[in-house]
Amino acid sequence: MEPTSPFGRFWQEFRQNRIALGALIVVALIVLIAVLSPWITPQNPYDLSNLVLTDARRPPGFIGSKGFTHWLGTDAQGRDLFSAILYGLRISIQVGLVAGALAFAIGVTLGTFAAYLGGRIEALIMRVIDLQLSFPAILLALVLAAVLGQGKGPLIAALVTAQYAYFARTAHGAASAERSKEYVEAALSTPLPPRRVVFRHILPNCLPPLIVVATVQIANSIALEATLSFLGLGLPVSEPSLGMLIANGFQYMLSGRYWISIYPGVALIVLIVAINLVGDQIRDQLNPRLRR
Amino acid sequence: MTSLIRVENVSKRFTPRLTLGEKIAAALGQPIETRTVHAVDGVDLDIRKGEVLGLVGESGCGKSTLGRVIAGIHHPSEGSALLDGTPVMSTRHGKTTTRVQMVFQDPFASLDPRIRVGETIAEGPIAHDLVERREAAVYVTRWLEAVGLPADAAGRFPHQFSGGQRQRVAIARALAMQPDVLVCDEPVASLDVSIQAQIVNLFLKLRRDLGLTMLFISHDLSVVRHISDRVAIMYLGRIVETGPTEGIYRAPRHPYTRALLDSVPRLVTDSAELVTFKPIAGELPSPLAPPPGCHFHLRCAKAQPRCRLDIPARTPCGAGRDVACHFPLEDR
Amino acid sequence: MTAPLLQVENLATHFMTRSGPLKAVDGVSFSVQPGEIVGLVGESGSGKSVTGFSILGLIDPPGRIAGGSVKLAGEELVGLPPSALRAIRGRRISMVFQDPSATLNPVLTIGHQMRLAIEAHETVGEKAARDRAAEALLRVGIPDAARRLDAHPHQFSGGMRQRVAIAIALLNRPALIICDEPTTALDVSIQAQILTEMKALARDLGTAMIWISHDLATVSSIASRLLVMYAGRIIEEGPVADVLRAPHHPYTAGLLASLPANAEPGQDLVQIPGSTPSLFALPPGCAFSPRCPHARPQCGTMPDLVREGARGVRCHFPLEIRGRA
Ligand SMILES: Nc1ncnc2c1ncn2[C@@H]1O[C@H](COP(=O)(O)OP(=O)(O)OP(=O)(O)O)[C@@H](O)[C@H]1O
Ligand SMILES: Nc1ncnc2c1ncn2[C@@H]1O[C@H](COP(=O)(O)OP(=O)(O)OP(=O)(O)O)[C@@H](O)[C@H]1O
Ligand code: SF4
Ligand SMILES: [Mg+2]
Ligand SMILES: [Mg+2]
Repeated sequence: MEPTSPFGRFWQEFRQNRIALGALIVVALIVLIAVLSPWITPQNPYDLSNLVLTDARRPPGFIGSKGFTHWLGTDAQGRDLFSAILYGLRISIQVGLVAGALAFAIGVTLGTFAAYLGGRIEALIMRVIDLQLSFPAILLALVLAAVLGQGKGPLIAALVTAQYAYFARTAHGAASAERSKEYVEAALSTPLPPRRVVFRHILPNCLPPLIVVATVQIANSIALEATLSFLGLGLPVSEPSLGMLIANGFQYMLSGRYWISIYPGVALIVLIVAINLVGDQIRDQLNPRLRR
Repeated sequence: MTSLIRVENVSKRFTPRLTLGEKIAAALGQPIETRTVHAVDGVDLDIRKGEVLGLVGESGCGKSTLGRVIAGIHHPSEGSALLDGTPVMSTRHGKTTTRVQMVFQDPFASLDPRIRVGETIAEGPIAHDLVERREAAVYVTRWLEAVGLPADAAGRFPHQFSGGQRQRVAIARALAMQPDVLVCDEPVASLDVSIQAQIVNLFLKLRRDLGLTMLFISHDLSVVRHISDRVAIMYLGRIVETGPTEGIYRAPRHPYTRALLDSVPRLVTDSAELVTFKPIAGELPSPLAPPPGCHFHLRCAKAQPRCRLDIPARTPCGAGRDVACHFPLEDR
Repeated sequence: MTAPLLQVENLATHFMTRSGPLKAVDGVSFSVQPGEIVGLVGESGSGKSVTGFSILGLIDPPGRIAGGSVKLAGEELVGLPPSALRAIRGRRISMVFQDPSATLNPVLTIGHQMRLAIEAHETVGEKAARDRAAEALLRVGIPDAARRLDAHPHQFSGGMRQRVAIAIALLNRPALIICDEPTTALDVSIQAQILTEMKALARDLGTAMIWISHDLATVSSIASRLLVMYAGRIIEEGPVADVLRAPHHPYTAGLLASLPANAEPGQDLVQIPGSTPSLFALPPGCAFSPRCPHARPQCGTMPDLVREGARGVRCHFPLEIRGRA
């Protein structure tokens, strides 16, 4: 049976690309184990009373004093790295998703609103956004994180501010293009209420490019968060995210204790690459010029 | 006969927004060339109750724009389109009536690809309380049947239909609003040759069954001749001639109408026949800078000095016809 | 009969798609004599454009020429390396598309583009190239050609752009021009100009043309021979006037009958029932059979293209030769 809904067809095509399908499975698995981390890790790495200092900086495979094997070794505080990575992933994904969702909501509302209203308001909103887009996001996030201080809330605020403009730009472009299409004219000539035209017709048709931007931006905000944490501007030391784990292990790299930095790094890279592969496939599928 | 639609002195101009560079130049006192397109220029037109009025003319002459003003998509820059004496659009609230509906040229573009056909047809009637949400399915089936589609079409998406079927869906959507007037903008132009006749026949049937009044925009002169009671010929934003179809096709009064009819290729079925064309001299002038006087004078074989100066007014010339020409043609 | 300029034999062009191979052109054979204008008509998606592209070797993956031969003045083109094809394209065969913006580069002047088109095949001086370009523009009825060479495409109207595209196709005096719906996007008045000019070209320069269109009237007024395609195959061929006066294939007959000129104003047009078939779900046998008023069980097997004299038809029950009402 040929699936009939647009989403059904989309999924059918997506499945055909083995690499993207693999990447999607990897993303799903990482998200799953990150969500389940309190139940599947041998140790709660944030609970300082759990940590044994004599177990610090042990290589992968070491059997610690608590009696379980540290498959990925331990860090400078004696944390089990496997547990720390899962907890770190959990925080990274959480921050990435929340920041991405907020940036999406704010950006898309602004962009679509601007395109629908047109005129002065549109010009004003888009000028501000263009201005902001001319600054590197990382710079903006750095400044904001430094000003707002440490913690999840300030971090997310910094990420959202740095990223909503991408959504707004994309939404504005897509919505302006949709607005001039005949099906919108048809809706206007019926006439359908403006709310329905925007939310039932224009917005759903703008989603494809927005989904692409969203996947890329979630990966970006995870990377951005890791960067900020690496630089000591992200989350507090008591809740190490992947970026901080990498930073903490960095000083031991040269003394041969590669695992403290490398494994969190690998986890981060796998996650970001997998999300990007999924995003690439979605973009290819949605790009009319590559369509058959 | 009473006119159902009355277009009164409607003009529609499009002025593209200035780019930033041009704004700066203008602020510095540079003269900026105006790029205002006079798409429709002071048009008066009546559509009588129950008739099909054909609107023909070259590409870019403003047919679609005029149709969109009548259908309540564009606000006219001047004048107004009236339905039974009341404007179709108000400045504050946009379109104020559901009694004028529109069918577009491209059924691939005029249907929302993400919405099932049933919802596309039902959403307007539900929004305007023509039908209860509960009874929408039955209502949709009725209109699908009216355009010759099976009831199960309601559950499908536009991409699952052929071009001709999609155009039927678009027609059903317009009809479900129970309009008195249907504005059709080149409704068969993008369809397969073998399908065009099916849709033309559908329009003929709907007209017989529902007594619809229609504005039928097309550049296919033979289809217009077939379906219309009267035609209006448009040139560069103005109506140059109107009248009953047969009269105009048999004996055009305006030199442009004559030239247009002469340049239509005919089906040649005699190999001995020497085919010649009589192309209109020159190009369609730019609507950015239409020529003064009669817009057609640059290409007109009969033009006199006066044509360059005075805009010819629409003048009745018998048999329900009128023509905007200083030197109208006689019968051939 | 003289030796044909172009001889297409059993041409098959397939596209690999997700739903399996799509036989866009499925065994097409025809020939074009020097100076002859051949009309190619048919439903949308019947393979007219793909036939044109295949002759030029312009089929990109996922498409490929799956079989058959294309001979230009006796020389086989199928299987030639891309460089050899490039040397032929634009010089011995050129193409005009429906949309002139597909041919014209918006950022270069017309003159520059025309010079590039000449220099792709021979080395000429700038002055000589300009002269030749101006001459080609004059030929297609663009007044003041020498000055227009310095204009950019956007400074021309749609009809003039199409004429520039035709002028570029003419530059190297090709023996064959493939015109893919060159007037479909244009107004009747401009169409009449272009038809007039193209006819004069064929007469004066002896250029042969394949004129792709779906408008029977246009084709009948320019071509001398007609090919009718349906679902990837030629289903009828013959001298234009003969085919249109007395079509043998029910599809051709249906098309002609459905023209508004054949019905009283306001009366129903004769319509071909059903819709254009999907190339993935063709019925067995004659592809037109589900829509054909004359279909009988025998139509479940594929009819051959039977040629008799100048005419050919692919139908088990060709219509009798009779004058049309
Ligand atoms: N939204 C718009 N913004 C700016 N200019 C426009 C707009 N719509 C139409 N125009 C211009 O107005 C003129 C008339 O256009 P319109 O679409 O009404 O012509 P038409 O007669 O329908 O032509 P066609 O046969 O090609 O459909 C054209 O010059 C066109 O470029
Ligand atoms: N690049 C491609 N990939 C896949 N299928 C293709 C490609 N190009 C053409 N086709 C298919 O080949 C078939 C023939 O197409 P073609 O463009 O030759 O039709 P046509 O007769 O020129 O129609 P039209 O009148 O619409 O131009 C169609 O079914 C089309 O979908
Ligand atoms: S008014 Fe003059 S220029 Fe215009 S059409 Fe008539 S004769 Fe020609
Ligand atoms: Mg139009
Ligand atoms: Mg084609």
